[in-house]
Parts: sequence; structure tokens; C-alpha cells
Amino acid sequence: MPFKELNIFRRHGRQYVPDLRAAALPAIFRGRPVISAGITADETLRLSRLCPVGAIGTEPCSIDLGRCLFCMECAFALPGRIIFTNDHKMAVNVREGLVVKAGEDLPLRLDPAKVRPEVRSLFKHALKLRQVSAGGDNSAEMELNAAGNVNFDMGRYGIEFVASPRHADGIVVTGPVTVNMAEALQITWDAVPSPKVLILAGSDAIGGGIFHNSPALDRDFLSRYPVDLYVPGNPPHPLTFINGLLDLTGRK
Amino acid sequence: MNDRKYTGLLTNPGTVAMAEIPVLEYPEFRAFTDRLMGEEGTHCLTYFVVPQEDKYRFVCCMAADENHEILLFSHEQPMEPLPSLPSLTEKHFQFHIFEREIHENFGIGFPGHPWLKPVRYPAGRHDPSEGMNHYPFYTIEGESLHEVGVGPVHAGIIEPGHFRFICNGEKVLHLEIHLGYQHRGVEKLFTGQQDFLKQSILAESIAGDTTVGHSLAHAGVIDTLAGLEISQGLAIERVVALELERIAVHIGDTAALCTDIAYQFGQVVNEALRTIIINTTQLWCGNRFGKGLVRPGGSHYPLTAEIVATILKNLDEVESRYLQMASKLFSLPSVLGRFEGTGRVTTMQASLIGAVGMAAKSSGMYRDIRWSHPFSAFVEYSYEPVMLHKGDVWSRAMLRKMEVEKSMEVIRELLKRFTIYDLRFTIEENPKSEIRNRKSEISLYDASLAPDSLAISLVEGWRGEICHVAVTDREGRIIQYKVKDPSLHNWMALALAVRNQEISDFPLCNKSFNLSYCGNDL
Repeated sequence: MPFKELNIFRRHGRQYVPDLRAAALPAIFRGRPVISAGITADETLRLSRLCPVGAIGTEPCSIDLGRCLFCMECAFALPGRIIFTNDHKMAVNVREGLVVKAGEDLPLRLDPAKVRPEVRSLFKHALKLRQVSAGGDNSAEMELNAAGNVNFDMGRYGIEFVASPRHADGIVVTGPVTVNMAEALQITWDAVPSPKVLILAGSDAIGGGIFHNSPALDRDFLSRYPVDLYVPGNPPHPLTFINGLLDLTGRK
Repeated sequence: MNDRKYTGLLTNPGTVAMAEIPVLEYPEFRAFTDRLMGEEGTHCLTYFVVPQEDKYRFVCCMAADENHEILLFSHEQPMEPLPSLPSLTEKHFQFHIFEREIHENFGIGFPGHPWLKPVRYPAGRHDPSEGMNHYPFYTIEGESLHEVGVGPVHAGIIEPGHFRFICNGEKVLHLEIHLGYQHRGVEKLFTGQQDFLKQSILAESIAGDTTVGHSLAHAGVIDTLAGLEISQGLAIERVVALELERIAVHIGDTAALCTDIAYQFGQVVNEALRTIIINTTQLWCGNRFGKGLVRPGGSHYPLTAEIVATILKNLDEVESRYLQMASKLFSLPSVLGRFEGTGRVTTMQASLIGAVGMAAKSSGMYRDIRWSHPFSAFVEYSYEPVMLHKGDVWSRAMLRKMEVEKSMEVIRELLKRFTIYDLRFTIEENPKSEIRNRKSEISLYDASLAPDSLAISLVEGWRGEICHVAVTDREGRIIQYKVKDPSLHNWMALALAVRNQEISDFPLCNKSFNLSYCGNDL
């Protein structure tokens, strides 16, 4: 009887990524962009008009990763001026930290001085999260599920998603926060015991994404509470999410 | 049928001038609908209202599967006073959702409709006085009955929706599904602007698990309205992307079904196999869900010989391991004990509610757009749908396995025919080092669209029939955009499936359909 299983096991092999800190994604992955220092004002203006979500700012040219959907159309329009690297480590704790300016080619890093001390003292070794999808398109949700799967296995760090907000140390919001979901989001947040963390996963949650000017959104919730971690992406890659949490909680 | 009660479209996607669509008197419209509904393989694709200056134009799009035709016909009503029309749902239940949607958006009455309830509480609805907390749930009085409310926030990482069960002990008598929490105003955002790039990204975000399906349906609408010729190469690329999406989701759902019956071995093995497929899509376009892969008129990510080789190699690897796992899965008594006979939807029920896609095919209905209304590379590929009859969880699980095999066959065959194409495109250096990119010579994002027209585009996504319709004005601007995700029909199938089941089997039934919340709520 067990031979079939053993054979499946053998071919399944070892699936987990051994070192999530060092794991790299293929060159084609659309991660942190770099804007050439030589980009002109005219070119910048052209790109800012092209960008479907208004993520490109002028003077100097900049890309706000809290809005950017990583469609890379700006890079297609002006190859050489804008490059999307495969650097997936993009999660930060300060909103302004998501803005990449022309001529900058530095890794995005979380600011440890701005992390609330209780986050590191309480959640360094175990962090239980409740996920709330508030208009998410299910891709970010699937990537958050994948963060706990057999490949990424975030559980190895004591980080897990739990079923009840009562069991959670914080919530992870996906989606642009719809009017119809605003109350349920608030109730879920209130049900999580303090101290707690608030994490926004995906450009939809951080900046509203392609829906940013829709009348069907109610983003007031996000202005009521400090955000502990912004995880950009469309959707955020599991490695972006896990590395962000490790940075936030002060893990190596 | 040779009278002019309708305009027929034999292409998918296709465009027709609004003036070409016959306007019938409402009694005639009803009689004609009756006649069509009496024919084998005819079902409603979408039925919606286009507000015009002083009147409402109701457009009905039906699919005649056997003739491979899309039938369009309409009726008009004055805006004032608010029309009240005898309901079509009384006789043809599959219209229930469309009449509910029209009622919710415009306040138009449908006397005789047995279930005229809100669909999604959209922004800009006719009656904003009541919101999410006022949903009129069906209730039954009885001492032995109790109600169970679940959601909107669920135990797992999934989208929100509320399920209200009426139970007798452990047994479910009735389930009512209240959605709308995910409503983002998608359809309105399509019409507010004429930026096809923005629209394309919006289409990708309708349901992220069907990124390719919805962006392909949108691309079809723009291609046909702008009169863009699609080369065979591009048509093949699009179908390869679509079938990769189907394979990934079906394998992921096989894993999820294993999770719900606590068969962890099946879960982890299938999860790992899904990862190989979505990482293949990522190697192709830089995104695991295929965001950015499909654009109207062209593509930024031409298939190269290396990518083709990687796709074929990974398919071989996944196929042999998946089939090995599936053969184990479908022979375990403990698995069969949970799958077989659970959550049955009969052929009669599926037909009545107008079920599409997997929900239809696993309940004995031969309904698949790839066969009935071939699009893209399916035009030159005679696809034969797979079908099962029992309509239970086992059928929906088994159908996934069979469709994975079929999709792999499709990809292999199409890639044999694939040659690097160049039509309107030149190869340029890509902004990403070693990757090459085709850049269009004309800007695809400001093509001009046919004026006063209606374009319809159907795609068989992994859940089933996706339907996008756009209506343009005198200047060729899109004034109305309708999106139909297959879930809009199939949520009712889930509600029927759990009747007389143990409530503890609900998660398994739910997962066996894996319907879209955001695709329904828009």
C-alpha cells in the first residue's frame, strides 16, 4: 500500500525555500524600480500622464510604490529611463519610504527607529495575524495563503494566520477598503486585543490601486490608526511579505 | 429562425451597430425569449439596461450553443414613469439575477419575480437608503429550526461574503448567500475614461484568480471595437496564458479540497505543483498571476523559444506528478467517502439556474465557450469539453483533473503551431536586461472605437463563461460596460448544493465550486 505514497513523496522532494532572507526571484520579476538620473522634465511629464494610477510624480521624477501596480508600462514607454529590478524586498514602515526618486538605487529598508517598541518586544518570536479582505481581488489573498504553504513556510518563524481576531496580534488588510466592507473591517480590528499591529498588503490597500478614485470606497479606517507595515505589490510576493514581517519584528 | 427578431453574431468577440439590434415590444420580447428558452443549449449571457436620453434600452444577449451564435435583441421603455415589467424569471429562473441587478440599479419593477433581492448594494444604486445590514433574509418559523450566520469575515484567508443557514439539527434546509462586500465600482470605472491601459488593468483586477480570463475578455472587446487584427501567434499566446491559469487554479483547488477533508498529503503535494505552474507564468511575464500579460491588440511579453521550452518541460513534470497524486486521491476510501454524493446539483437544477462552466459541466451540461463560441486560438482548434453527470463534490474534483489534462493537451498542440509572429510589431531592447520586448508601432492605448456600437466578448475562464459587453456613443466613447463573471450564475448552484446536507459539509461544497466574491460584487 505505501509504495505509491513513497514514490509521490520521493518526487515531491524538498519544497521549502531554505533561506527566505537570501532567496532571489528571476530577473523578469517586477520589483523595486530604478529611475535614471538623466530623465528629463518632458519625459517625466509624459510618464506621469501615462501612469494609470498617478504613481509617477514630477520634480524630481518619482514612483510611489504605494500606488504603483508594477504594470511596467512606464518602462516599456521609455526603456533605459526606468528599470524594474527583481529586488522583492520592498516592505517599509513609513509611507514616504515607498517613494523611489530619480537617481536613487538603494534597497528599500524599514526604519527600525520608527517601529513601536512593543512590536519587537512582544511579537519577535510569535506573531498571529488575522486577514481581512476589504475589496481585494483574491490575488493578494492567495499570495498571503502561499506565504504559509509548503514552499515559503512562514510558520517556521512562528508567524501564522489565525481564524479568530481574538487569537490575533494584528490584522493584515488587502483591497482598497470598500464602503460595503468598512464596518466589518472596523469590527474585526476592534475584536483584536491590544497591543496590535496593522499591516497593509498590496498597492490596493496602501493607495487604493486602480480603484483609488472610485466612489465605492471608504478608506477612513486607514486614517484612524497608525500603520505598522506597508507591503507593496500587485499582488505582493510572499517573499516581500515575509521579509517585511521579519524586518518589522526585528528578526535576522 | 428567419424573422428579424434578433441580430446574430457568429464571431466571438463581435461588434454590432446598436441600430442593428431589433427593438421589440415587451410582450413580443417575452414571447421570443420563451421561444429561445425552449431550444436546446440556449441560455442567457447577459441582460442589461443602457440608459439613453429619455428612455431605457434593455439589451438581451443569448448564446445558442448548437449554432455557435450569439443572439442580440432588445426592448425600450420610457424613463418616466419608472417602468414595471412582468418578470421573465417567473418562467425562466436563470433571468433572476439579471432582473435583480436591473431592479437594484434603476428601481425598475418586475412583478411576478419570486426573489427580487439586492445583488451587491452598488454605489449609485437606485435606493441608497438601505445598506449592507438591511438584507432581507428569507426566514422560516419553527421550534426545531435554528439559523447560523457565517461571515462576512471568514476563518481562512478568503474574500468576504455572508452565508445564512436555516438548519434542522445538523441538516441545512436553506442557505442564502448575501454578497456585495467586495463592491469596488468596477463597471463605472470602465466608462469614466477612455484609457485602454487603465481599463486593461481594471479588467485584470476584476478577479485576481482569473486575471488572464478577464483581461482576455476585455482585450477582445477593444480588439473588435477598434478593428484590430489579431495574428495567429498572439491568439496562441493568449490561449496558452489562459490554459496555464486554468491548470494552476484547478491544481490549487485540488489541494484546497484535500485541506477541507484533512488529507494533508494531497494538500502539500498539490500546492507544490501549483507553485511550479504559477512560477512558469512568472518566468514568462514577471507576475505569478499573469498581470500585465494580456493587452488589447498586442503583448509586451512575446513567447520566446526558451519560454516555450520551459513551459513544455514544466507541464511534463507537473502532469506526471499530478496524475500520480490524483490516482491516489481518487482511490482512497476516506476521500471518496467525503466526495461522493456530497453537495449534489442535478442537471435539471443546473439548467434551471443557467449554470455555466465547471458547475454546468460537472452536472451533465455540455456548456463550454471554447467549444460553442470559440475565441482566439480556439477558432482553429476543435475543443471538446469534458463532462460528468453526478453533480457532486466528486464530479467537481474529478472534472478539475480531467480539465488539467485537456488544457495540457491544448497548450502542447498550440505551441507546436506557434511561430514567432510579427504584425505591427518591432522587436526592441527590453527595459529588463536579457529579456526582449516587442513594442507596438501604433499606440494601442489610443485606438479609436466604432461609434454607436455594441461589442461582446466571451471567454471560458477556469470557472466558466466570462462575458464582457461594451456600448459606445456617437464619438466611439464607451458609455456602458457590463462584466459578467461566471460566479454570478453559479452562486445559486452552491445554495442548492448544500440543501439537505450536513452543515459541516458546507466548506467542502463551497471549495468544490470556489466561486468569486469580487467577480460577483464588481
